[in-house]
Amino acid sequence: MTDLAANALLTTADGRPLKSALAAAQVRAKRRAFLLVLPLLLFVLLTFVVPIGQMLHRSVYHDGFSANAPAVSAWLAAHPAGTAPDEAAYAALAEDFKAMKAAKTAGEAGTRVNYTLPESRSLFTKTARVADDLAPPYREALLAVDAKWGDPLVWEAMRSASSAYTSDFYLSGLDMERTADGGIERVPPKERIYVYLYLKTFALSALITFICLLLAFPVAHLLATLPMAKANLLMILVLLPFWTSLLVRTTSWMVLLQGQGVVNNTLVALGLIKDESRLSMMYNQTGTIIVMVHILLPFMILPLYSVMRVIPPSYARAARSLGATSWTTFRRIYLPQTLPGIGAGALLVFILAVGYYITPALVGGADGQLFSNLIQFHMTKSNWSMAAALSAMLLLGVLLLYWLYDRLVGIDKLKLG
Amino acid sequence: MAAAAQSDAFVAFEHVQKSYDGVSLVVKDLNLTISKGEFLTMLGPSGSGKTTCLMMLAGFETATHGEITLDGRPINQVPPHKRGIGMVFQNYALFPHMTVGENLSFPLEVRGMGKSQRDEKIKRALDMVQMGAFANRRPAQLSGGQQQRIALARALVFDPQLVLMDEPLGALDKQLREHMQFEIKHLHESLGITVVYVTHDQGEALTMSDRIAVFNDGRIQQLAPPADLYERPDNSFVAGFIGENNKLLGTIEDLSGDRALVRLPTGELIDATPVNVREKGQKTLVSIRPERVEFKPSMMPEGAHTLDAVVTEVIYMGDILRAVLRVAGQDGFVMKMRNTQGQTRLAPGEAIKVGWHPQDARALDP
Amino acid sequence: MKKILILSTALCGMAYAANAEVVVLSWGGSYGGAQTEAHLKPFTAKTGIPTTMTDSDNPATPIKAQVEAGNVTVDVASVEYADAIRLCDEGLLEPIDINSLPAGADGTPAAEDFLAGAVTDCGVSTDIWANIFAYDSTKFSGDAAPKTVADFFDLEKFPGKRGLKKGAKAVLEFALLGDGVPASEVYATLSTPEGVDRAFAKLDTIKKDVVWWEAGAQPPQLLADGEVAMTTAYNGRIFNAVITEGKPFSIIWDGQIYENEMYVIPKGAPHMEDALEFVKYATSTEGLRAQAQYISYGPARKSALKDELLFNDGKTVMGPHLPTAPENMTNALESNFEFWVDKDAELNERFNAWLASN
Repeated sequence: MTDLAANALLTTADGRPLKSALAAAQVRAKRRAFLLVLPLLLFVLLTFVVPIGQMLHRSVYHDGFSANAPAVSAWLAAHPAGTAPDEAAYAALAEDFKAMKAAKTAGEAGTRVNYTLPESRSLFTKTARVADDLAPPYREALLAVDAKWGDPLVWEAMRSASSAYTSDFYLSGLDMERTADGGIERVPPKERIYVYLYLKTFALSALITFICLLLAFPVAHLLATLPMAKANLLMILVLLPFWTSLLVRTTSWMVLLQGQGVVNNTLVALGLIKDESRLSMMYNQTGTIIVMVHILLPFMILPLYSVMRVIPPSYARAARSLGATSWTTFRRIYLPQTLPGIGAGALLVFILAVGYYITPALVGGADGQLFSNLIQFHMTKSNWSMAAALSAMLLLGVLLLYWLYDRLVGIDKLKLG
Repeated sequence: MAAAAQSDAFVAFEHVQKSYDGVSLVVKDLNLTISKGEFLTMLGPSGSGKTTCLMMLAGFETATHGEITLDGRPINQVPPHKRGIGMVFQNYALFPHMTVGENLSFPLEVRGMGKSQRDEKIKRALDMVQMGAFANRRPAQLSGGQQQRIALARALVFDPQLVLMDEPLGALDKQLREHMQFEIKHLHESLGITVVYVTHDQGEALTMSDRIAVFNDGRIQQLAPPADLYERPDNSFVAGFIGENNKLLGTIEDLSGDRALVRLPTGELIDATPVNVREKGQKTLVSIRPERVEFKPSMMPEGAHTLDAVVTEVIYMGDILRAVLRVAGQDGFVMKMRNTQGQTRLAPGEAIKVGWHPQDARALDP
Repeated sequence: MKKILILSTALCGMAYAANAEVVVLSWGGSYGGAQTEAHLKPFTAKTGIPTTMTDSDNPATPIKAQVEAGNVTVDVASVEYADAIRLCDEGLLEPIDINSLPAGADGTPAAEDFLAGAVTDCGVSTDIWANIFAYDSTKFSGDAAPKTVADFFDLEKFPGKRGLKKGAKAVLEFALLGDGVPASEVYATLSTPEGVDRAFAKLDTIKKDVVWWEAGAQPPQLLADGEVAMTTAYNGRIFNAVITEGKPFSIIWDGQIYENEMYVIPKGAPHMEDALEFVKYATSTEGLRAQAQYISYGPARKSALKDELLFNDGKTVMGPHLPTAPENMTNALESNFEFWVDKDAELNERFNAWLASN
């Protein structure tokens, strides 16, 4: 008996080792399982991993200058930063310009340099127009076209553009710029925008998340405790915004909130406010907050609801029977158990809020703008690299928060429904 | 006399009624007193009103009418957290986000107790249920039986005088359940607390209780110690609900003092003790426990009526033998025999005569 | 790589028509409507080539994305002058030879018939339009009505919200004009850091009362809703709101900033030849005059201005409503494309920074 058991542990009936027999038996099942998830894997790869990888790549890659001006790029690569351009450098530049004129790519190269040093695009287009007339000595010829060709800043900008891989876009995203000697400094205060908006976006998103939480908690609790029929009706009301297009919802808010809108008109009609002191709830930060809270509220309610629904009422009863007041019961027993829902809802709302741009663009006015509006701005200006760098910054911020959440609460506690 | 009973009562329900919908009563005129140190079980099928009574006592439901007093104090208006009643729930209701120690600490914290005193009480309560080593575990890491013990410890840790238990063993397997029954009973005895216990398991009720209140249809059908309940059910509901029993429908042929003669539809006469039958000619349901049915004339009293029976099946159950008989034209009449040395082994098809002591057959309402 | 990024982010929510149709991308609203009526429908009627109109907030944006992605679906686009130059410089547009364009109705060769600068390497002017400002004449009337560009910035005399286009272009010039800088010196001023600061300082004075608009159809709506008392706008949009919808709006021409609107053909347009035919037709004397019957933008051909133009209601004489009318040109600024091709990115970033700061 013992003998038999010991043997069975080691080999199968036909003498194969048990381990390999087990692996062989499972390999088919594993292959089948893998084939089943393969489409999903490909889908995720194609729609998520690849685009994000490309975005990250693009944020550090722009070959507009390096590809179109290879000669001067080679010269810059051969000489360290700070080297004054010699005749060879100007000759390389002239050569590149002749090629760029033929290929009509001066604008592209200029655009890239313009990202690093504003106002240099026209220098390129202008020089390209007369490129065929350039003759040695090239330094004089180019300086004759525009004295800016002697400016070390222009050369520093070209140096930074001469490598297709660059950190310039992240520098800009951090409100930094390169100095003539290759150093890095903050841009003048009047031009600083990204860091400020970045922080503001996160702060505003946090505020929106908090308001959503305050509003969603009682609603979700009601949903979870009401009898089924009433809860379903309420649920439809909660989901109703999902069935309306974002633009329609936002526009309805404009009708409601604008100076001559329904809310103001009602308040004036009721005599609560004077006609000349109508509340401005639109085209400013207030508008952004109101509309975003409305749009994102369901994303808070649903995870909360799904968590609350499965909290048995006996916990609250147990707490009461153990001597806790209703407030203590809520604070120490009910609230902690809704934490997974709060966490999921807050994370969801926060991430969505950080990335929203349509709403702030439509109702935000000047001070309701968010970081994502700048991403959109750069996209409309076809500055993909800058847009990608800003997106990557946003992604980093969100991942950082995610990590923080994981450390503090634990991602395994997340419950989306 | 009534006043003495009042002052003696630790918990009292007086004319308590409860309705959820304003149309029908779930609890109909409940009167019940429970004395200090008593283990009282509310037993009944689901929907009989027993849990509602428990919830009214705990303060989670309000009585629609009537008064509930605790230690002489009316508690209708007292919120649950001020009643000082320990409670054990069917699903234990251990707070999942707290460790065992924190669960036990909770009732002490909300009472503002200092840390050292809390620790001491927690340790004592855990030791009491032999769970001293589990203070740092989470409820989810414990087995059902262990969770049950913790729930028990938590309900007792703040030294309540009254502990309510709502089907606390319902989720455990049979063996564990029986074991826990003894532990709870033991705790009750050693701590001297008053326990109100709700269950639908009659075995559990019989094992543990000092008294059992059998609920049905919003009323207490019978309130009695286990032995009385089992042996002397007041009505056919109680007889049917508690334990196995044989029922024979008949008509009262003769009624004299504590003896009744019942004629079965097939014409035979049997002896019975009248319980809630009043007059001759009344329809009655005679209830006889299977273990009180005899088939050896030597075991029957002098002059007892007997019935012809045919054995249809004999089931060997280890400690007992269970014979299913055909009696008075009725199938399914059960007789239990102890599996003793020399016990007569019946065989299917065998014709026998069965009889009983008249006090073991109770003539009840049909 | 570009392709996926661009496809996934391209803003165009338009449904492009099936093949064999000339797809025209324009600005929507009454301007897009005018082009549909004046160019697309007659062209199809005449040649049998089907045409489709699609909309964008700025047609220059999708063109770059499409050409870079190698997935061009637009045949002809209506873009701002500076964009036509910029896109052409970057090799994103098909060159158009001025000599291939039809002569004027009076026989003048195209090269002489078009106003100076109206035809560039890659674009042909379809009209001259202007950034103006307009006010609600029920709010201000008679002597109390604004008259000059300075009045736009005078919140004390003319209280109420102001509508401004969200973007640096035309807004900074407008601010300097409002600050008293003569039209001839605006770009020189704006080329200096001090000049830029001055423009933003002027905008600062009204910043808290500004409602920013993005699409050309918004300003008339903002005025109609009473959301603003005055707003900058494309002059044709206001004109159409007044003439066809009877809105009580008035245009102030003082400080107008005008420029050519250009038809361009993206590089790799699917129906290149038909597209060119369309541009030739639309920018002929006939095409330009037809468009002016639907919106108050001026034709850029001398031959088209010879005879009096009437709006399609048959009675409104268009002359006085065009940016090019002499009486409207007293303090007018021609948008400087070179300036904007060069400084667009920089000034817009500065504008965004200014907008975001408090």
